[in-house]
Amino acid sequence: MSATASWTVSTIRAALEARRISARELAGEFYARIESENPRLNAFLALSPERAYAQADAIDAKIARGEPLPALAGVPVALKDVLSTRGTETTAGSKILKGYVPPYDATAIERLDRAGAILLGKTNCDEFAMGSSNENSAYGPVHNPAALDRVPGGSSGGSAAAVAAGLAVAALGTDTGGSIRQPGALCGVPAFMPTYGRVSRYGLIAFASSLDRIGPFARSVEDVARVMEVIAGRDPLDATSAGHAVPSYLAEIDQPVKGLRLGIPSEYFGEGLDSAIREKVERGIARLKDLGCIPTPIEMRHTACAIPTYYLVATAEASSNLARFDGVRYGLRASGGTLADMYRKTRGQGFGPEVKRRIMLGTYALSAGYYDAYYLKAQKVRALIKGDFDRAFHQVDLILTPTSPVPAFRLGERTADPLAMYLADIYTVTGSLAGVTAISVPCGKVCGTLPVGLQIIGPHFEEGRVLRLARAFERAGGFEG
Amino acid sequence: MNITREDVLRVAELANLELTEAEIATYGPQLASILSFCEKLNELDTASVEPLAQVLETAQAPEIAQVLETGRPATQSADDVTARQNLRPDEPRDAMVIAEVIRRAPEAVEAPTPYFRVPKVIDR
Repeated sequence: MSATASWTVSTIRAALEARRISARELAGEFYARIESENPRLNAFLALSPERAYAQADAIDAKIARGEPLPALAGVPVALKDVLSTRGTETTAGSKILKGYVPPYDATAIERLDRAGAILLGKTNCDEFAMGSSNENSAYGPVHNPAALDRVPGGSSGGSAAAVAAGLAVAALGTDTGGSIRQPGALCGVPAFMPTYGRVSRYGLIAFASSLDRIGPFARSVEDVARVMEVIAGRDPLDATSAGHAVPSYLAEIDQPVKGLRLGIPSEYFGEGLDSAIREKVERGIARLKDLGCIPTPIEMRHTACAIPTYYLVATAEASSNLARFDGVRYGLRASGGTLADMYRKTRGQGFGPEVKRRIMLGTYALSAGYYDAYYLKAQKVRALIKGDFDRAFHQVDLILTPTSPVPAFRLGERTADPLAMYLADIYTVTGSLAGVTAISVPCGKVCGTLPVGLQIIGPHFEEGRVLRLARAFERAGGFEG
Repeated sequence: MNITREDVLRVAELANLELTEAEIATYGPQLASILSFCEKLNELDTASVEPLAQVLETAQAPEIAQVLETGRPATQSADDVTARQNLRPDEPRDAMVIAEVIRRAPEAVEAPTPYFRVPKVIDR
């Protein structure tokens, strides 16, 4: 790989200011790398070179005039295909939106654009972000850069793979039940889920509105903090975006970690956890103890109920959100028959098998006679799961767990059994239901090449604390091999 | 837990989904298996638990909860609260250029009055 593949936000800034490279040349290097690598990774679905080079030229003009540069000037970023982008095809990985070109930018993307980022293009993902392996994309699976015969995780697999392979310096993903953190772990890059409401969801093609978050992948925790400073904050276009002031995450990440109390929930280290991953994560925890943190056993007793709770809540919300894809206003329209026939045929032909399965499950859970037994019950258990976190955060500052129970599995290995695939999210859906913030950071490798992720979970709006520990962990190193 | 063919067809109709014979055959047992797994939740006594629809009440600043509860700011001016929380001022403004949206539809009429075209709904 050429040198720019490992550049970070700060090395790009230094190189641009010293005029060692222009923003246009840098963008060109990333596009050349995408052209050579993407055929085997399938990480990108669409590229937007016109927009990218226009932005690069604007940055180069600023440099020529000696003007101050915005926070992410010249930084090449990739965007998950569930995020609406003005002028670039946005399909959500689905046939039903093939050819759809949004007339506006999602707020998170508009903010990246204003901060001078180079928007390279759109990344592959599970259809409507529903999946844990990227195999539910209508445009073929993404291959894990660490092992091409294995999945990158999902649903933001294209974004994770793009950053891991040096095809983007940072990328946006979305996380509903683990869709940022799990592919981050399986591809070996830092992957961050902000608190619910911290980043505006305006322009995100909705999956489950009470759970959906937008967050960054990057090559370093520092770059995660830099991207978060740009995309976080209240947005009048999303009534659920939070009004809390956005602190300087960069200032917070270098604060000391000594004395932080780290909760270790036994429920996350039991049956189903790969023994090699357990060993890596336990070594990671020992490393943090060396740094002066205080690991403390804690109990989170409703953890085992999180998967059923999540799949009932998320599919119920999805069945409602996806009702808008009916062939009337955008995307695919199947012809023939009455209006009702048109709806049914469009949706039957346009949605893939997993999306239909989830719409069916959600519709069932919301239907007359079953609402109380499934949906309402799940909402009550959701309250209990959130209670586990509330209680834990009275005792400890942060919670540590593995991100995924297994390393990247082989393509096709789990596709036959939907329930087995759902269990890939077992350590991430809890934080999704509770609305808390979490990161997955690289924690060594198993079987020689397969990355392992350590999950650090923090209370609502304590992004800075999560990033601070992640940064200290990344710096300490010593968990390779 | 048993999901019959009739159950599958009923749910598919509610969801406006046309399914193939193969899909009807596989979704039944798959939904049954997932729903059986979900019955694990019945092991928990939730009689006294309030359902949680979203974490918003804790994700928002305290004054917002107050506004949502009372419908008005009790101690601050309306402008002050609007500025600090998520309810933007109720002022009409252009959402999107209609032409931009209509152009993206599978079938539409752009002029003189733009509208989406759909198969005939009412016969007379």
